[in-house]
Amino acid sequence: MRSAAILSLAWRESRFARRRLFLFLSAISLGVAAVVAVQGFASNLSRGVRDQAKALLGADLELSSQQPFGPRTTALLDSLRAAGVPQARVTSFVSMALLPRNGATRLVQLRAPEPAFPFYGTIDTDPAGRWAVLQRGRNAIVDPALLAALGASLGDSIALGDVRFRIVATLEKVPGDAEIASAFAPRVYIPARYLDRTGLVQFGSRIERAVELYLPRPGAAEALEEAHHPLFRAEHVRSRTAVEQQQSLERAMGRLSDYLGLVGIFALLLGGIGVASAMGAYMAQKSDTVAVLRCLGATSRQVMGVYLAQAVGMGIAGAALGVVIGGAVQWVLPGLVEGLVPVQVQVRPDGLAALTGLGVGVWTALVFAALPLLRVRRISPLGALRRRAEPVRMPGRDWLRWAAWAALAVSVVLLFTLQAGRFGVGVSMAVGIAVALLLLDGVAWLLMRGARRLPHARMPYPLRQGIANLYRPGNQTRTVVVALGFGVFLLGTLLLVQHTLLLPLRPSAAASRANVVFWDVQEDQCAGVSALLQAHHLPLLERAPIVPMRIAAIDGRPVRPASADEDTARSDSGGEEQGGGRGAEGWALRREYRSTYRDSLESSETLTAGSFWKPGESGANGVYPVSLEEGVAGDLDVGLGDRIDWNVQGVVVPTRVTSLRKVNWVRFEPNFFAVFPSAALEAAPQTWVLLSRADSARARATIEGAVVARYPNVSALDLTNVEAALDDVLGRITTVIRFLAGFSVATGFIVLLGAVATSRLQRVRESVLLRTIGATRGQVAAVLATEYLALGLLSAVAGLVLSIAAGWVLAKRLFKVGFALTPLSLAVLGAAVAVLAVAIGLWASREVFRHTPMEAIREE
Amino acid sequence: MLVARDLEKSYRSGDALLTVLRGVSLEVGDGDFVAILGPSGSGKTTLLGLLAGLDTPTSGRVSIAGTDLERLSEDERARFRRDTVGFVFQSFQLIPSLTAQENVQVPLELKGESGAAARARALLERVGLGHRLDHYPTQLSGGEQQRVALARAFVHAPRILFADEPTGNLDAATGAAIVGLMEELNRETGTTLVLVTHDLDLAARARRTVRLADGEVVADTGRPE
Repeated sequence: MRSAAILSLAWRESRFARRRLFLFLSAISLGVAAVVAVQGFASNLSRGVRDQAKALLGADLELSSQQPFGPRTTALLDSLRAAGVPQARVTSFVSMALLPRNGATRLVQLRAPEPAFPFYGTIDTDPAGRWAVLQRGRNAIVDPALLAALGASLGDSIALGDVRFRIVATLEKVPGDAEIASAFAPRVYIPARYLDRTGLVQFGSRIERAVELYLPRPGAAEALEEAHHPLFRAEHVRSRTAVEQQQSLERAMGRLSDYLGLVGIFALLLGGIGVASAMGAYMAQKSDTVAVLRCLGATSRQVMGVYLAQAVGMGIAGAALGVVIGGAVQWVLPGLVEGLVPVQVQVRPDGLAALTGLGVGVWTALVFAALPLLRVRRISPLGALRRRAEPVRMPGRDWLRWAAWAALAVSVVLLFTLQAGRFGVGVSMAVGIAVALLLLDGVAWLLMRGARRLPHARMPYPLRQGIANLYRPGNQTRTVVVALGFGVFLLGTLLLVQHTLLLPLRPSAAASRANVVFWDVQEDQCAGVSALLQAHHLPLLERAPIVPMRIAAIDGRPVRPASADEDTARSDSGGEEQGGGRGAEGWALRREYRSTYRDSLESSETLTAGSFWKPGESGANGVYPVSLEEGVAGDLDVGLGDRIDWNVQGVVVPTRVTSLRKVNWVRFEPNFFAVFPSAALEAAPQTWVLLSRADSARARATIEGAVVARYPNVSALDLTNVEAALDDVLGRITTVIRFLAGFSVATGFIVLLGAVATSRLQRVRESVLLRTIGATRGQVAAVLATEYLALGLLSAVAGLVLSIAAGWVLAKRLFKVGFALTPLSLAVLGAAVAVLAVAIGLWASREVFRHTPMEAIREE
Repeated sequence: MLVARDLEKSYRSGDALLTVLRGVSLEVGDGDFVAILGPSGSGKTTLLGLLAGLDTPTSGRVSIAGTDLERLSEDERARFRRDTVGFVFQSFQLIPSLTAQENVQVPLELKGESGAAARARALLERVGLGHRLDHYPTQLSGGEQQRVALARAFVHAPRILFADEPTGNLDAATGAAIVGLMEELNRETGTTLVLVTHDLDLAARARRTVRLADGEVVADTGRPE
């Protein structure tokens, strides 16, 4: 038979089944749509980052430090200026803005650039073009959110420290800033030359000093950075070129795309399972036709050809539909992530993503359809003569079947490898999925055994029959449990990973006692702030001193200063020096610690090792005890008894680790990596943080205003604002993820339909028989409901248990975060699946209830 | 034409071995019309399956037109059926998604022969269905479906035709008409006819009757010497 004849027979033969094949088609469509949408979005995003690379930094090279530049760096900058390299300083810190007109205050991110900034890109303002006006006087350009928070409008004056600035415009778009960056504290730009007059630059403020350099000759920025790297390290200067900025943004965006991509692949895999079960159902319906064709002399190759052609046709149609849907979704995604990413995302139809989607879709459809398709070969021509014909025994090893399994395994590994970019991840994902499938199959087997052993005799008939259906010959237990359980497994894993990744970002103001925080309070201002609180009848809930310091040495080995970003990659082996030698994390070694001193544990802390000192205790031989947070102790690779020397403003304070603490970071409270006994730090230069609680928003605004009016250097934060900002950010991220996970959910639904459809015919036949011998519709429905409820519940529970295991592994190994369980959402997922299973099972068998038994028998 | 020797067929059912046919031997000459008669459960459908090469015997052998079926693989047997064998079934077994004409074309298309459509049309006209070419099986009566099945069985000019209770699902008059048609086609084409039935009237129209009971041939009448 020529292939044209096969194609034409395939086309004609599919005539009445095309609607059923739609199941097959839609299963693959949704997966492909998710993949195409994510891939297109990712390429739009990274193109955005590349196109706007220089504007994102605003310069070719940025040097920055949290302390005033050291003498050698200053000398370098002077010589560069002398050599004609344009530069612009940008000083940034958080501070309070006060609207004198109404006394309203708000924490802001103050940025004071010199006129030349930015060298690249433009800062868009409303009204347009006002950036140029900024430097002409005591002007400020602010986030629109600040106007809302203060009740201010354009033209109003705001007080920043001792200087008042006129608001001349609001910010529309700042290259390199994600909109959410201003969620905590709105941005305020003022001219650099007025900074000193504000009086805000004081000891203890966390001030970021940056110098932007204009080095347009390609490679000049990198050369300069390279040449002076040791100097920057020594003086705690962080350097960043436009290219590095672009790369780090691309990495960050890549992580977002990676996660979304994972969601897409899951949808695709689920779609594959859907294809497999839809194909299985389809082939089950076609077994009579296949038997007749075999009788008429069709070889198994010809029959395979007919149905393979149908599968390929459906795969192409499904993938094409998916590409169209995915292309459309691409236009929706930028709207969903708006404000989450620091670049403008221009949507451009992505031919590569479309082609990939088409290819991956057709291939996935084929690979998953292959196994049920191969079963065609086992349909005996004898089936045309009698209903129960023994399947044809395959001579010897069935290589085709093995090949189909191998193709499936290789495809899954490849999909994940391409997605994760690492072969190891691909293999472990595929192995994980294989293990999940095997376990689900095992669960199905156990269910059948268990159902057989149940004491049937005492159960009412419908229950007995429904349970018996689980293990009688030709049952659907394995198909449904594996397909459905796998769907639940993927969805549950997605849910858990999402929850695990987002939970640590969600501190709760409700869980904290305090909701107003004052910090950068100078020692001599403490009493004044306390008095103000008292005057407003507000409690002083907690106060803690803060002493900035760095680690000087661990166990006698000095810590080499480094530029604050990636040191491990660059650090030449430092001999006896600390610098990765003991596996300590570089950032933990070299960061600035803002530590406190006190003689008791706080309620948000629990001791996990050692013992906390008693008041007045100060160690022996001038070595003080110190208590570390257990996470940072791990990063520093130190334990009880290890010696740490701290550099506190030039004075070395020697300590020995005497206890480790677990800290509940979820509460908004001043928490510290290192806690010292009072005796060690009382005399050190310090600032204070004070906490209070005011129940009404008005009371919070009033006390903030009062404190800031008296002490302009003090910063105040209403924690409910922070919570609202966080909720906004997390809400947006969750929306994006849910949106994509929706594809998986919809596909899971199709999988369920496919699984149920597989044994639908048999189910209908039996139910008709039951009705013929006198069962009421209600009894038949009860039998069906019992079976589907058992299947649904068991698949759900098995899938959920597996997803918890997978979620744990992913959290610990891939994302390296603490695992968080979300029992409620999982329970809802499980219950929904069980209910859906029953609903779909009954719906798929609706013919039983529609026809009279006689009609159904005639159809036989 | 058809030679069966010592056919035995057993099925394993749990631990028990169920023997459906024991030591059945049969010879059918070219152009002959044989009815295999027996009550239900006598093994006649099993015998038909073995004779037509749809199934393999536990022991014994079958050859059709000099071809030993047991030597052929599953696919070789399929090709052999395609070239040599025709079928008529009790439940017609038309492919529901194909029209009458398309159903009749299938055997020719499987062979890759040209002019399938014209030959199918001609044969459907011959069985009196020239006006229902484009109808689907569900749009045809039982008798019409079986006539389409007959046209399909004869369209590739098989040397031997097997019919399994061809009138079993039809009323008496329609059944008689179908058998009449089958006889005509048998005469016109010289095709050998092997028919399985439990209907004595139908069996009586065959030139030879083989009676089966409990998996054994108990009578063989009208056998040419």
